[in-house]
Amino acid sequence: MSVETSKQPSTSGTTSDELIRIEGVTKRFGDNTVLDGLDLTVRTGRHVTLIGPSGSGKTTILRLLMTLTEPDSGTITVDGQRLFPASEKELREVRKQIGMVFQQFNLFPNMSVLRNITEAPVTVLGLPKDEAEARGRELLDLVGLADKADERPTRLSGGQQQRVAVARALAMRPKVLLLDEVTSALDPELVAGVLDLLRDIARTTDITMVCVTHEMNFARDISDQVLMFDSGRVIEAGPPERIFGEPEHERTREFLGAVL
Amino acid sequence: MTWDWSAVSAFLPHFRDGLVVTLQALALGSLISFSLGLVWTLLMRTPTRWVRWPVGVVTEFVRNTPLLVQLFFLFYVLPEWGLAFSALTTGVLAIGLHYSTYTMQVYRAGIEAVPVGQWEAATALSLPARRTWCAVILPQAVRRVVPPLGNYVISMLKDTPVLMSITVLEMLGQARLFSQQHFRFTEPVTVIGVAFIVVSYLASVLLRTLERRLVR
Repeated sequence: MSVETSKQPSTSGTTSDELIRIEGVTKRFGDNTVLDGLDLTVRTGRHVTLIGPSGSGKTTILRLLMTLTEPDSGTITVDGQRLFPASEKELREVRKQIGMVFQQFNLFPNMSVLRNITEAPVTVLGLPKDEAEARGRELLDLVGLADKADERPTRLSGGQQQRVAVARALAMRPKVLLLDEVTSALDPELVAGVLDLLRDIARTTDITMVCVTHEMNFARDISDQVLMFDSGRVIEAGPPERIFGEPEHERTREFLGAVL
Repeated sequence: MTWDWSAVSAFLPHFRDGLVVTLQALALGSLISFSLGLVWTLLMRTPTRWVRWPVGVVTEFVRNTPLLVQLFFLFYVLPEWGLAFSALTTGVLAIGLHYSTYTMQVYRAGIEAVPVGQWEAATALSLPARRTWCAVILPQAVRRVVPPLGNYVISMLKDTPVLMSITVLEMLGQARLFSQQHFRFTEPVTVIGVAFIVVSYLASVLLRTLERRLVR
């Protein structure tokens, strides 16, 4: 099943604004096929949300795009660069275009909050330290943590840590932001702060987003396209109004009935 | 057996010489074992089997043969192949090499204890391998390896008397020499016994301070 994430059906055959192309990707862990011949295209600036039951392969897609794992077959292209196979140098170039926010935040506990944000811009992009710090402070301001620059991440709440992680990903000015169940590890009262921040980012930037989430209201708010996953396949795709309003597939109705 | 304070004061200058040698052996042995152990650990993590395999064999061999045998080998056999060092240098090398095969396991455990999410975050930020090691993984591993490394420092201190067997005059060597010359055993052996306790106590205090400073 092929999925286009444009708001309108593409009229021409042009694929120039295609940022992510996944073709026939299969991924197995032992006997378990988590992705089964997946095709997926994400165009520049789109916000795509992957929903579906746990273990349906959603997170694996993000991990493949971030090159944290390799597919068993199929091709993945990001920003014109084929990922598997690719040289380490090519992979590093592609990774610069992709930011990822993890379920468990994964901040570096041995660095201050500010250095978590400036580390990659300085060492990877070669930004001068003071410029990176100025920009890091701007980002901390954006995520509402301007006063925490010199704290250790472990002294922050989960919600604050996740907002730092968002700032850290944005500091690389990526074209794509991958969000992997970013609120699943948070206490309920901290979820709204993180989601509001991401809504702001979705609304005010032209960054392309691929999200895996169990927050259906969030998915409805930010998505151009929602993909329903089941057993390693996309079983239904469409704009959020349709997927949440009038789902066609029985499994989608069951799933939404259970989580909404 | 009577206690003779004059024997103690007669022994003290020799004791001081021995203490200096013991501390040298301990400091240099620690330095070598800490750095060489890290080298072994990193080599064992390279993707090439042709690096991992020989490193694995050599370090297993060194870990599972007695330090005393290694000392004798380095001191008596290597010179026959034209490689001769002074007794103290040989001793320091042997202790450093021997303990590096223990510290490598400490490092390995410390590195493996860093959550996989840290590696993934470093990859996601496109950090090059060297930077990932130096800025992310090793600083987090260090705080986990200091306590077990400290135990090996104490253990190394207690192994320094084997250097006596290759003519190094560390504390026990000095005590034995003094005993043989003056026929007084109680005083010199007691003095160095106390010295061992004091040095290991000071070392453990130092390490605990270091540990507290690292684990914040």
